[in-house]
Amino acid sequence: MSRTYQNVEDIIQDLPMIREACVSLRETLLANLVMLAEIPSPTSKEDARIHFLLQRFSECGLNNTSTDEYGNGVGVLPGRNRERNILMHSHADTVFSERRDHTVSVHADKMCGPGIADNSLGLAVLATLPTLLEKLGIELDAGLVLMGGVRSLGRGDLAGIRFFLEHNKIPLTSGICVEGVQLGRLSYASAGMLRGEITCHVPEEYDWVRRGTTGAILVLNEVINRILGIALPRKPQTSIVMGSVEAGEGFNIIPTEGRLCFEVRSESGEIVHRIAGELDDIIEDVVSQTGAEVDLDVVARREPAGLPIGHPLVKQTREIMSSLGLRPHITPSISELSAMISRGLPAITLGITQGDGLHEMRETVKIDPMFTGMAQLVAVLLAMDGGFCDEPE
Amino acid sequence: MNLNKWISKNTFHHSQFWDLKQLIEEKERQGLTVSLCLPTLNEEKTIGKEIILFKSELVDRYPLLDEIAVIDSGSTDQTREIAAAYGADVYLSADILPQYGEKKGKGENLWKAVYQLKGDIICYVDADIANIHPRFAYGLIAPLIYNETIKYVKAFYDRPLAFSQGVRPSGGGRVTEILVRPLFSLFFPDLTGLIQPLSGEYAVRREVLDKLPFPIGYGVETSHILDVYKEWGLEAFGQTDLDQRVHRNQETLSLGRMAFGILRAFLARSKDMGVDVDMDKLSSIMRQFQAHDEKYEQVEYEIVEEERPPMISLPEYREKFGR
Repeated sequence: MSRTYQNVEDIIQDLPMIREACVSLRETLLANLVMLAEIPSPTSKEDARIHFLLQRFSECGLNNTSTDEYGNGVGVLPGRNRERNILMHSHADTVFSERRDHTVSVHADKMCGPGIADNSLGLAVLATLPTLLEKLGIELDAGLVLMGGVRSLGRGDLAGIRFFLEHNKIPLTSGICVEGVQLGRLSYASAGMLRGEITCHVPEEYDWVRRGTTGAILVLNEVINRILGIALPRKPQTSIVMGSVEAGEGFNIIPTEGRLCFEVRSESGEIVHRIAGELDDIIEDVVSQTGAEVDLDVVARREPAGLPIGHPLVKQTREIMSSLGLRPHITPSISELSAMISRGLPAITLGITQGDGLHEMRETVKIDPMFTGMAQLVAVLLAMDGGFCDEPE
Repeated sequence: MNLNKWISKNTFHHSQFWDLKQLIEEKERQGLTVSLCLPTLNEEKTIGKEIILFKSELVDRYPLLDEIAVIDSGSTDQTREIAAAYGADVYLSADILPQYGEKKGKGENLWKAVYQLKGDIICYVDADIANIHPRFAYGLIAPLIYNETIKYVKAFYDRPLAFSQGVRPSGGGRVTEILVRPLFSLFFPDLTGLIQPLSGEYAVRREVLDKLPFPIGYGVETSHILDVYKEWGLEAFGQTDLDQRVHRNQETLSLGRMAFGILRAFLARSKDMGVDVDMDKLSSIMRQFQAHDEKYEQVEYEIVEEERPPMISLPEYREKFGR
């Protein structure tokens, strides 16, 4: 028989029992994590991983499982009230190509492998959650929509979640984005963002003696120096991340092509717009000075949005985290959260465990904190389900 | 049984057994118990992952395995601690039947597992597989559950790769193709149907295992095949394609020693099977070379291939299992 909670304090009282249940499913969670992480899943090639996730949902008795036209995998755990549904989302893609060795290693206290933290663990938690809820005897009032989202990262630009939110017919009341790391993370606002690629082409007949620059690398270097010269305010917080640079073939071959990937993030949409304008000016200037072809391709944009810190969802989540000994680390998000919030869906992003080496082959997650992360997730889900996270009407 | 007929009838692919629910129902209908044995020696890098996957998928989710046991040869790393932490039953080989002494070799662990484990079927899986998956166990156990006549199921590994001419080379490892298959082709052509006779993964019925002597070294797989063939014939074998297996590659010199041990195990059985060789006149010294600075020096390895007797001949075993 499912227990009914009167308030968040009741849920908090049950947290030790919830965490114990999570520990008792250790092998299930870790096996799901190994099997998911060993399926390569670069952006736009997530089919095999989604297939496995749906298989897991079916094995857990979820009858309503399917993929949509974009390839998102969705399983629904029906609640008593058809008008209320909570969306729980993990992105299924990783930054690693399918040619990489995806073997996971399991140690006494940690697991390592490419993409294990971002975001195989998030997906493994989704795959394990129906079993956990069953073990806890939890029957939700709201329906729980478990979604493995595709085409999230990089040029994917959240295409999967956007498509789902646009075409979904299930009435959604709130959302949780599950990320593998870091435990303690709490995102309830999305930052303004502009993600772009600057490509540089230097003609082969380029007169390098006259210009004094030798090829695409130095042109890109000039672009980077100019970008670094853009004045960034400390408030609202703003940053420019230089993500990757590609150019060149060897020691003595003048590179004719180059590419710079970057991301501008800011709490202010206006500042993102201002920086976008400055980037256009920089490119024009570099083109006129060097004679190279330089182009800016904006691959993704986000407008800042979010819940106020006093929103009951944020407040209750902080309460639950504190009672688990977690110090909430407030960080704006540029991921699926922004897609949910921009469509008016109150949502947060939570991390499951501690980890390091993000986006490196040695990506690592710690095992023991996972159970606290899972308990936190279940408690927030129960708080949402009980209506304790809704804004007063 | 005709060899081609045997190959088509008794060669399986693990995907044939994907319906684990049905497999469990059949196992329960027959009242069978199944043990998984992982023989180990310093496998801390891979043992945890193997146990997690087998326990989650084949104990908790689909109860195919009634026990998961690690039989350890005395690891000096964290193998036993990690295995126990993830829920396996961990035994030190030396502690099992101590009155019979302790011998060094994987075959020793496999032999002692017959005494220590309780299953009607015992499935042996090496502990050094990097790409471990539940199919490594259920793919071998399922043919025994579904086919009464099959008693001994070997693994083989192949990948259905696209191949331009429709035919592709397939087979075993270096020792299999250079030594074992030529030997089988010469003396026991039926056994050439086994694609990878030396694979370290197999599932066997107890009533077969307890009647087999166990060479404790390299020859255990070869001698089992010869003994099972002699007693129960080709139809007692099954083999399952488990797709790819990623593991440590052995150096050529190690393979040479392995080949030597296998050859001795083969010859030791040959007379009983109609091939006349005087074992007493054969050398037990395997000689290999190593370079030391500018000099080459010969290294001698004594490879005796000691054997453990059939478990059924031990009074302790007969008493424990009432056999």
